[in-house]
Amino acid sequence: MSRTIATSDQKPKPRPGIVGGHTLSMHVNNQPGVLMRICQVFARRAYNIDSLVVSQGRDPRFSRLTLGISGDPAGLDQIIKQCAKLVDVIHCTEHTPADAVVRDMVLVKVRAEGGERRTEVLQIIEHFGGKTVDLTENSMIARIEGDSEKVDSAIRLLSNYEIIETVRTGKVVMARGEQPT
Amino acid sequence: MPKEQLDGAQALIKTLDELGIEYIFGYSGGAALPIFDALETVKSNIKFVLTRHEQGATHMADGYARATGKPAVVLVTSGPGAGNTITGIMTAQMDSVPMIVITGQQVTWMLGKDAFQEADIFGITIPVVKHNYLVRDTNDLPRIAREAHYIATTGRPGPVLIDVPKNVSQSPFAGELNAAIDLPGYQPDEAFDIDEESVEQAARLIAMSRRPVILAGHGAMIAGAEKELMHLATTLGCPVTNTLLGKGAFPETHALSLGMLGMHGTAYANKALCECDLILNVGSRFDDRIIGQADKFGANAKIIHIDIDPSEMNKMIRPDVQIVGDAKAALKLLSSHLKPLDTADWLAHLDGYKKKFPLSYKKQGGLRMQQVLDELFDLTKGKAIVTTDVGQHQMWAAQFYRSDASWNFISSGGAGTMGFGFPAAIGAQFARPKDIVVAVVGDGGFQMTLCELATAVVNKLPVIVLVLNNHYLGMVRQWQELFFDNRESGVDLDGNPDFAKLAEAYGATGLTLKRPADIRKRLEEALKARKKGPVVINAECIKTENVFPMIPAGAALESMLIEPPKHKMEKPVGST
Ligand SMILES: Cc1ncc(C[n+]2csc(CCOP(=O)(O)OP(=O)(O)O)c2C)c(N)n1
Ligand SMILES: [Mg+2]
Repeated sequence: MSRTIATSDQKPKPRPGIVGGHTLSMHVNNQPGVLMRICQVFARRAYNIDSLVVSQGRDPRFSRLTLGISGDPAGLDQIIKQCAKLVDVIHCTEHTPADAVVRDMVLVKVRAEGGERRTEVLQIIEHFGGKTVDLTENSMIARIEGDSEKVDSAIRLLSNYEIIETVRTGKVVMARGEQPT
Repeated sequence: MPKEQLDGAQALIKTLDELGIEYIFGYSGGAALPIFDALETVKSNIKFVLTRHEQGATHMADGYARATGKPAVVLVTSGPGAGNTITGIMTAQMDSVPMIVITGQQVTWMLGKDAFQEADIFGITIPVVKHNYLVRDTNDLPRIAREAHYIATTGRPGPVLIDVPKNVSQSPFAGELNAAIDLPGYQPDEAFDIDEESVEQAARLIAMSRRPVILAGHGAMIAGAEKELMHLATTLGCPVTNTLLGKGAFPETHALSLGMLGMHGTAYANKALCECDLILNVGSRFDDRIIGQADKFGANAKIIHIDIDPSEMNKMIRPDVQIVGDAKAALKLLSSHLKPLDTADWLAHLDGYKKKFPLSYKKQGGLRMQQVLDELFDLTKGKAIVTTDVGQHQMWAAQFYRSDASWNFISSGGAGTMGFGFPAAIGAQFARPKDIVVAVVGDGGFQMTLCELATAVVNKLPVIVLVLNNHYLGMVRQWQELFFDNRESGVDLDGNPDFAKLAEAYGATGLTLKRPADIRKRLEEALKARKKGPVVINAECIKTENVFPMIPAGAALESMLIEPPKHKMEKPVGST
């Protein structure tokens, strides 16, 4: 038996006192269990992790984490310090679009069975500088990359057509200029 | 000659020995067998103490550490053995106590398969440790043991757990016994690099103050800042209040001492906090037990916060000046800026409060815990190590057994763990065999860990257990009386054994105390009898006495009740 999961691109309703859009970057030991420690810091303090990107650093002893989080803004400073306090965390800093480059990527699978609609979908993808990375008679997968707002708009426009599913990487950030992240 | 072949467990014990570990408290079991065997096969100075429950082992290690500042090791088996240590680890973490907990574990290839006595103790304990390890390579054991010791004892101390699968401890060791620690994310030395600008800012605020109060916490003691604290207080002419865990950092019998503040603190300490114009917090984390309602705390005062843990800054209270770092180093820097303050009026004013609202109790109408503790203080001249359990007796012990030196008052503050007092006393007695150690416990809490009587008896420890027996879970009953129309629910300890007889059954001395007139005599008997081993005094106390002063949980310090309220009380907003 197959299971159908309904998907939508609606944003969750804002919760009072909760703000999203904070991006933290962490440099951590590349070891089992490190993510568990970090996630507990957020869960305990009722923060939601909206996105999470983890990958091994150039030095394989370390990993780089980028977290998009939402929660009580008054607690953000606390959260950063609590994370920094973990023995496995080398450093933890907040980044804003002003001081860092933010990139996000989405894969969108759209039903597009030829004709006009197919052309329209291709135009939207092209407009956002995306690429089709898979193409069949009935569907295509588009890859769109940019800051999170751009990716949001692309998905919004594509949702006028039939989106089968989306998979998003979540934000990665890098400090601008010579400054290390 | 070939080097002697060690296995992982032997390498581990050798490392612990080199680290100066004196005691391992523990309980054996299958997954820990290689480590227990290494205790026999490796020549070391480590003494092993078999407890009667793993929780007891953790509290003993805790008591040992709080009596010396040095860590002890807890060694238990996997699964249930490891599980039984959680309360003790949490207790140590809440109170910043160094401890190394070593748990046996299933063999690595069975992890994640629900194998016999497998428990993910690494995952389970993440929220209650300073750091923890699951060892996967035998050769890592010495490095990890060294790291655990370093992490447990430096910076803000805390418990570190090392989970050791049986194949890891049992395999041949081919690593480096002196392997260096490798902790790029842990830099406790930064605590000694204090921002001088903030110290100068603090000095400027202090110089302007006319009604200052120093708030001394556990951190002052851990940093060994007692002398600097004394210098600070006496140079400024500044009164000092202390937290429960800060008892002894500044002598409570000193004229400048206001004793303990907070929920059951002295009236004059709390009043001083309400009326002061400056709070200089040295190593306290502004716990909710002492600040009450956060937004009203120190509302008219400038606040300076010295804490080694940056995450304590702005957590409960937003200070005017933050000094992140070691308390001793910070006070040393501060001392070069200090000039005497004109506090004569302020001190006289507070002396008025001391006279008007002293800690007191009635001497008629039965045996009161306060009086027993007061006389214990007189008889031992305040020199005993007092450990407490949790409840009314704990608060009275804090009030009446004034502490003049650090490391002498041992109590579970942050966690409020019942069952802590007696095993902690055992640990303290092992640590300081020549000192008088008295466990002040309630009839409720004592029954949670009294199986350790056997541990105390076989080791002939001269520990005194003073059971302040009100046949109630007294502190909870007090809340029910005050806030729940005296509806008693789940607080009657009907069925208590005769603690004196129970002690005798274990081979300890059992004494009974019923009348106020006999207090001194009975305590003297206990001090004599302890030479033969543990002594339990069953003190039959008034059942329904309440602890005052009291600040209802979550309420501002201003709402302190100095005596029983005449009107019905609202339910408190804060927890317990
Ligand atoms: C392990 C644990 N369970 C429950 C509590 C809640 N609690 C706090 S004080 C108290 C009563 C303690 O009774 P007792 O040991 O007899 O001391 P008393 O207050 O009567 O002096 C209880 C149940 C606790 N602190 N710890
Ligand atoms: Mg009781």
